[in-house]
Amino acid sequence: MQKFNSNVPTGPLENRWDKHKFDLALIAPQNRKKYNIIVIGTGLAGASLCATLGEAGYNVESFCYNDSPRRAHSIAAQGGINASKNYQNDGDSTWRLFYDTIKGGDFRARESNIYRLAQLSCNIIDQAVSQGVPFAREYSGYLANRSFGGTQVSRTFYARGQTGQQLLLGAYSSMSKEITSGRVKHKSRCEMLEVIIIDSKARGVVVRDLVTGEISSHIADCVVMCTGGYSNAYYLSTNAKGCNTSATWRAYKNGAYFANPSFTQIHPTCVPPTGDSQSKLTLMSESLRNDGRIWAPKNKKDCEKNPNDIPEKDRDYFLERMYPAFANLVPRDIASRALKSICDEGRGVGSIVNNQRLGVYLDFSSVVEKMGTDKVKEKYGNLFDMYESITGENPYAVPMKIYPAPHYTMGGLWVDYNLMTTIEGLFACGEANFSDHGANRLGASALMQGLADGYFIAPQTVANYLARGKFEEINNNHSEVLAAVESVKSRIDNLMNAPEPKHSPDYFHKKIGSILWTSCGMARDKKSLKNAIIQIEKLKSDFWKNIKVTGADKDFNQTLEKAGRVADFIELGHLMCVDALDREESCGAHARLEYLAETGDAKRDDENYGYVAAWEFNGDNPLLHKEHLDFEFIKPTYRDYK
Amino acid sequence: MNFILHIWRQKNTQSNGSFVTYNVNDIDSDTSFLEMLDQLNEQLIEKGEDCVVFDHDCREGICGTCSLVINGHPHGEKKATATCQLYMRDYANQKELWIEPWRAKSFPIVKDLAVKREAFDRIIQSGGFISVSVGSAPEANSQLIKKDDADCAFDSAICIGCGACVAVCPNASASLFVAAKINHFECLPQGKIETGKRAQRMINQMEQEGFGSCSNHRHCETVCPKEISVSNIASMNKLL
Repeated sequence: MQKFNSNVPTGPLENRWDKHKFDLALIAPQNRKKYNIIVIGTGLAGASLCATLGEAGYNVESFCYNDSPRRAHSIAAQGGINASKNYQNDGDSTWRLFYDTIKGGDFRARESNIYRLAQLSCNIIDQAVSQGVPFAREYSGYLANRSFGGTQVSRTFYARGQTGQQLLLGAYSSMSKEITSGRVKHKSRCEMLEVIIIDSKARGVVVRDLVTGEISSHIADCVVMCTGGYSNAYYLSTNAKGCNTSATWRAYKNGAYFANPSFTQIHPTCVPPTGDSQSKLTLMSESLRNDGRIWAPKNKKDCEKNPNDIPEKDRDYFLERMYPAFANLVPRDIASRALKSICDEGRGVGSIVNNQRLGVYLDFSSVVEKMGTDKVKEKYGNLFDMYESITGENPYAVPMKIYPAPHYTMGGLWVDYNLMTTIEGLFACGEANFSDHGANRLGASALMQGLADGYFIAPQTVANYLARGKFEEINNNHSEVLAAVESVKSRIDNLMNAPEPKHSPDYFHKKIGSILWTSCGMARDKKSLKNAIIQIEKLKSDFWKNIKVTGADKDFNQTLEKAGRVADFIELGHLMCVDALDREESCGAHARLEYLAETGDAKRDDENYGYVAAWEFNGDNPLLHKEHLDFEFIKPTYRDYK
Repeated sequence: MNFILHIWRQKNTQSNGSFVTYNVNDIDSDTSFLEMLDQLNEQLIEKGEDCVVFDHDCREGICGTCSLVINGHPHGEKKATATCQLYMRDYANQKELWIEPWRAKSFPIVKDLAVKREAFDRIIQSGGFISVSVGSAPEANSQLIKKDDADCAFDSAICIGCGACVAVCPNASASLFVAAKINHFECLPQGKIETGKRAQRMINQMEQEGFGSCSNHRHCETVCPKEISVSNIASMNKLL
């Protein structure tokens, strides 16, 4: 295992990445084909990385669980991608994007990483435009921008409400070009189930072919995980149904530290839940908060009324009231908590779920009046259509209802400045790592980070690792390889043959989801976290005793896939609660009820908790390692959005 | 709501399939179509039977994974909607539902309702890209693009690659899919340079994959969940 060292460069912040790049070892073009790199997951981070490594001349082998890389969940990102181009001349700069991001994350991320991200943001836009990503434009032919939560400048580039789709298809097209060149070999419908570690270095993976059930091992010189986040631990989330933690969890159990697992983002603008059969929640882009106004009835008795019958004076535009400076554009964690507290007060609207109305209004009536339906349609049409198809209500006529839902996980595998985990040769990119968003991610930053990692950072740092290492030849009969394959097989056997098969994977998934939503969601406290940990331990043992998987393991078996993923979510849920319990402060999305200001704002404790919590696997008693966060250039302040 | 479901069950690509009938009861009208199938699968697990395999992922109509033919209509009868965006309230007047996979030679059935669509990936690999490498991109605003051109490119680029156009076409043609990608790049100055070669290669690949030709039935645009227009096919034909 490599030393727990963040490898952050020193010197002036502006020069760190350039200087670091210069210090990285290179591999000459003619030698690159001698190196093999495995990439797991081909969303934004993975596809962009495959494309870039292929273009450079490396041999890449990639896997994804979908039936095509074009279907990764990056595709669902709606609102946009930030870049500090300052095209709007509104005072934006690399420094401001850096500052907004670190402040948005409530000062729980590394200065060096975020500055690098802000620097690379402009290159991403250039790259995407040259690939043919059809960003929105002005009539002059110049690129258009819009503003997004947590900032006071207009720096978000967008392609209507489908920015993630267009960026992913851009990365996918570049990756496809490299598949044609023969340098990238891709296999869809495959799931990674184990990391192969030889002489303390990650040297390959074990995957299961989801169609045939065949287990196979794949050897390389290093492995990069681009496997996304774990919001699905909550069962109901905005993630795709297949999104899972299995790859990152295998890495953790093999010795990679897991950082800040309790930092999970609950997104404010989602379509509210309606009932028990619901399988997922749908996000409505945060860009809606640009123009739409959020309100709840002032009086509880109005909650059942048609919103159009509630007069202006009886409406509480609570975000505008509580945060006059940022108003409806406060960061996500703040908006979500405010929404929750309104509903907890009994002023929610919409369907009753668990004895409570879960929803507030997101109102476009004044916008429709001002801009006209056509203009609104052009800007937000697909989002409105989506809302209508889900709820059966016309948002041009009746205000939409929104409620927060788990959406993104800031936590993830701990990585150093080179995006390498604590296992040598095992890298993590995109949402799978923890690196850039601290305790809360700002809107339009996920696409930026995934692509910065994939196009610009990992290709350099992976090359450096390969150039500096020696990799002896390994074949599929190596004892460690066989042991990894064996462990996968025996785990599948245990899932298929529980002693008292009784409940489906979804049964357990809903259980862990409900524990986490209640105790490790928008509000957390010591007592309920302790209780959750006990419940999860019990759930874990019940799972292995009672999990019921029908069908065969050597077959296309979606029940088996789900069972394996739920088993990992249960274990991860445990770690999330352990982490949330350890952090006796509130910061960003992590709201400990004991440490909230009267206004509901997070009260950080920089002196005692100004660290990244990196957890090392140690059975049921994970070990905490602290990476102290130094702020050399920015003074952590109280996050004031008033 | 109660439904009788006739679902296509097929063990694998080689075996023959058939319809199997199931009943689902007490379905809430706010349940999505796929959530209704989730409930069926929960019942099957309870009975100890193998679940119905169906493709799905984002469940918000953007990933293009879901792919069901419902009562003869790819993605159901509702316009501009993928299967995952259908709700049971849309089926309030129906008692029996026939659920099948996409049917096309180039999309072999993998199991039950899931098909293999790698032919689409190979078509993109044959030329559905702009040949630019990371690092060589110029400043984004150095090339101005008319708003109309950018919008036109966007309207074609929103294809989700689901394959409904193929499933509905009597010739199982992939023309709409191919044309949308060609037109997306053709609308943009940075994509225009390779247009001729791109079109040739992608169309050749489409033919090699066994997709048929377009004979102007225009069913594809009616089932397309993103309402991609057949005018894309006309533009593509002009390039040949």
